[in-house]
Amino acid sequence: MSQGPVRMTRAIEFSASLRYARGDLSDEENRGRFGARASHHGHNYRLEVTVEGEPDPETGMVMDLVELKDLLEAEVMSRFDHRDLVADTPYFEKRLPTPENVALVIRQILLEALPPGRLSRIRLQPDEDHWVEVVEDRPRP
Amino acid sequence: MNVAVTHRYHFAAAHVLCRDEWSPAENERVYGKCANPNGHGHNYGVEVTVSGSVDSRTGRVVDPEWLDDLVRRRVVDRLAFRLLNDDPAFAERVPTAENIVRFVEEELAPELEADGERRLARVRVLETRRNVFETGDLT
Repeated sequence: MSQGPVRMTRAIEFSASLRYARGDLSDEENRGRFGARASHHGHNYRLEVTVEGEPDPETGMVMDLVELKDLLEAEVMSRFDHRDLVADTPYFEKRLPTPENVALVIRQILLEALPPGRLSRIRLQPDEDHWVEVVEDRPRP
Repeated sequence: MNVAVTHRYHFAAAHVLCRDEWSPAENERVYGKCANPNGHGHNYGVEVTVSGSVDSRTGRVVDPEWLDDLVRRRVVDRLAFRLLNDDPAFAERVPTAENIVRFVEEELAPELEADGERRLARVRVLETRRNVFETGDLT
């Protein structure tokens, strides 16, 4: 095994409500298409954020964990925790708040907030039995 | 076709994150509460993933007992119930979880990969349920 980068993962949890509803469809059509998910409901989301890099030779750290915690608080928790994903955020006017889309929104927020090349993977779990992952492409040696 | 096999191990250990040549204030600034000079500890988890082809006679990628013995000998028995800073592996580097990942990789890869039949595909160190460190394959 060659010594590749080390990845560090921090997990957070946020609680949010949502419904799947397209603005161009009636309530009945939305219910027909999306079933129970067209009704207002909520999840305790677990988000795992993985950053990667070479441990600093002096500190032995890939990234200051407190810095990452603070960043996730400012960028993710403050936007999504105890909010309605559709009504309280600007991200889901034109797309449904599926786990895939929520993950892609969070990925974009983190790409802009983290130093370039740091983000490695995010994993979003709406509940214990389901999750989606977005893995950043890296040139392989 | 390769199959990846993962075993998880546990050990409880203490550590202090600090560099002796730095002042207490500097260590506190860099490592926060982890710099407490009296130490603190974790129930560490270590996940070792071995990848290779399935041997047609044994049906195994790796003999599970051989793997367990290797990891216990080289990692778990060495680090369990110790102050990690006292181990020579951490004489020159701070016992952060990142450096524990490196240590595990260094200890296991040579023996595991000696016969060329299998590869140490990933090492993960779980410091808490919320903080996980790894190197190797992504999935």
